[in-house]
Amino acid sequence: MLELAFKGGKKYWGLIIGLLVLMGIAFGFWLWQLSFGLGITGMSRDVSWGFYIAQFTFLVGVAAGGVMVVLPYYLHDYKAFGRITILGEFLAIAAVIMCLMFIIADLGQPMRAINVIFYPTPGSILFWDMIVLNGYLLLNIIVGWNVLEAERNNIKYPGWVKALAIFSIVWAPLIHTVTAYLYCGLPGRGFWLTAILAPRFLASAFAAGPALLILLSLIIRRVTKFDPGREQIQSLAKIVTYAIIINVFFFLCEVFVVFYSRIPSHMDHIKYLFVGLHGHSALVPWMWTSILFMVTSIILLVIPATRKNEAVLAFACVILFIGTWIDKGMGMISGGFVPNPLHHVVEYVPTIPELIITLGIWATGFFILTILFKIAVTVKEEVSGV
Amino acid sequence: MNDKNIIITGLIIFFVFLTFPFWYNLGKASPVPEPKLTDKAKAAKECVEPKEYMKVEHMQILDIWRDGVVREANRVYISKKGKRFNMSLSTGDDSCMGCHSNKAEFCDKCHDYTSVTPYCWDCHIEPPKEKK
Amino acid sequence: MENSRRSFLKLAGISAIGLGTKPVLDAFASSEAHGEKHGPEIFPNQEALTAKRWAMVIDTRKFESEADLDPIIEACNKIHNVPKFKEKRHEIDWIWVDEFKHVFTDLEHEFVDDRLKHLPFLVLCNHCENPACVRACPTKATFQREDGIVLMDFHRCIGCRFCMAACPYGSRSFNFRDPRPFIKEENKAFPTRMKGVVEKCNFCAERLAVGKMPACVEASNGAIVVGDLHDPDSEVRELLKNNYTIRRKTHLGAGPAIYYIV
Repeated sequence: MLELAFKGGKKYWGLIIGLLVLMGIAFGFWLWQLSFGLGITGMSRDVSWGFYIAQFTFLVGVAAGGVMVVLPYYLHDYKAFGRITILGEFLAIAAVIMCLMFIIADLGQPMRAINVIFYPTPGSILFWDMIVLNGYLLLNIIVGWNVLEAERNNIKYPGWVKALAIFSIVWAPLIHTVTAYLYCGLPGRGFWLTAILAPRFLASAFAAGPALLILLSLIIRRVTKFDPGREQIQSLAKIVTYAIIINVFFFLCEVFVVFYSRIPSHMDHIKYLFVGLHGHSALVPWMWTSILFMVTSIILLVIPATRKNEAVLAFACVILFIGTWIDKGMGMISGGFVPNPLHHVVEYVPTIPELIITLGIWATGFFILTILFKIAVTVKEEVSGV
Repeated sequence: MNDKNIIITGLIIFFVFLTFPFWYNLGKASPVPEPKLTDKAKAAKECVEPKEYMKVEHMQILDIWRDGVVREANRVYISKKGKRFNMSLSTGDDSCMGCHSNKAEFCDKCHDYTSVTPYCWDCHIEPPKEKK
Repeated sequence: MENSRRSFLKLAGISAIGLGTKPVLDAFASSEAHGEKHGPEIFPNQEALTAKRWAMVIDTRKFESEADLDPIIEACNKIHNVPKFKEKRHEIDWIWVDEFKHVFTDLEHEFVDDRLKHLPFLVLCNHCENPACVRACPTKATFQREDGIVLMDFHRCIGCRFCMAACPYGSRSFNFRDPRPFIKEENKAFPTRMKGVVEKCNFCAERLAVGKMPACVEASNGAIVVGDLHDPDSEVRELLKNNYTIRRKTHLGAGPAIYYIV
């Protein structure tokens, strides 16, 4: 089926070349990072993880969110989603690959990454994260590819594919749970040291992932002859609605516990993010934007009239995606490191090279996504004979 | 089959590309280098283990020494012949480099030839260059 | 020791079989021919300083100002080739100073006495009994020895910095760039580090192994003492018995091995 990716119109090739250019530029900067070291980023002794790990965390969510179209189809026999499960699976593939790339970009000695396998350490959550991420990638490649191929040949996918699909449904929450465990098991970081972290990660994942799928579906409808379907989009919208409400609810639970107990080592981080601490407030406008976006999207999604209007729905999904991205992709990691263990406030701001490398990895993800979606959509078009 | 020419051209390009390292190095073959010993090393006659063994196994020994010293604080090596040695790559006169103080002639020569680039000297400090 | 001997023999055996080279077999044969039954073995130094559980007591009463602490820090930095960067972001610290309120974040209060308020405190890796960094490390590049010392194996570190996130004391630093150009005088007897690995205080493991006290202890004029926590007659135990000591963030349960007499 890969050959389908080589047949496309001007716009398709324009997009592909545009993404390749971005990737190439970022690759150059990455080579610079390799030779100089991570000193070209804004990270420091105090904020030792930055933009890369934040993107990784957010994208694990997007990958896990893909399961929200797979689950209703395979477990609840919700037939409507049969049309678009492949989009969820392919989105997961692209997102997991981006996650792995962000981890590699963040390593000080990427050439030695294989040491994680040479010296397996089951006590380290990072070891398990490697397993769940690679496992999820593999599952989605196998399931997605086979289901699509079966559809192309007008046959039903074999039984073992369904078994793997169900397995991948169980696996999806695992990837984000393990990713949350990276943070929430660390003794000295009050911001992350909370049992609600994994559930919160999952809630924001199940909001952001399907929201992106809605947007992608709307784009596909506009630029191709394949229509993912109005019912499908509306069902996804309901999932997004519940998930984003739960996400904000979990956050409020956290706020209550932290500010009613008044334990400084937990409070300081949230204060830093939302009102600033000791005069440092780089993230304050971002965090309030995030809250504003998430709350607005909730309002637009809860009211049936606005949710059913696809233009408004698209707008709601865009701000929801940005809102959750700021929350997780910016606040979640920096917030945990500021103030530092000695209660000094050292802020983190990503540098230009760091942003370019980040952009390049996103471009790589979209490159993979474009190709995979192109294949999927072409198969759909072939089958329906339009 | 009007693609025949294209396929054959493609195959030829692929083949040339595949065998590029051979073309590139054609006529540049150099003899296998022989590491040079310092006077001190010559006088000692034998390394921590016999020469032939060291030739084949020095990287394993270094690996074991490294883990022994760094991870278990073991610093004394007793060879198969029962001789005691201080386990150290580059610290002091009784370390590897204390004897083989001619890194360029002893280590690099063969490593360069075989395109091996161990990262020892990113951290360990090289012995000072030999005075002539 | 037992372990390393076994792994040595295993490795040697595997490589002998794997390569099947005559010289290797010859080497084995010749040593047996001489009637010597030695296999290669590795041991600790005889003069090495050992303990069941290392600990450190810092008597802060013997310090008055930063001038008293500078030589201690300088001694450590020099011996371990700790670089000095201009850029704050890239800073690397093994042992450094900070104020009471930052070192003892949970003991600090508004009316803490004047001496403590202005006294600089030495901070370093706590060599925890229950180290979060060791739990976090995905390659065992940071590990705890049986005697309690928490060490880094720079050869193995992949630079993921999970240990830095895990350490509740902020005791770890990362080589954001090649440290070599920023080391004033290289100590040839100790390696530098390379870019992309994490580092921290190593309790002078390299000095203990050859029978020397840690550099900070030597430079402290008796204000810093290290010894065996499990030996009731050791100097550290003597100090702990006769003085009130505090440790950093004990509520986290990491079990720091650095005690401060205030």
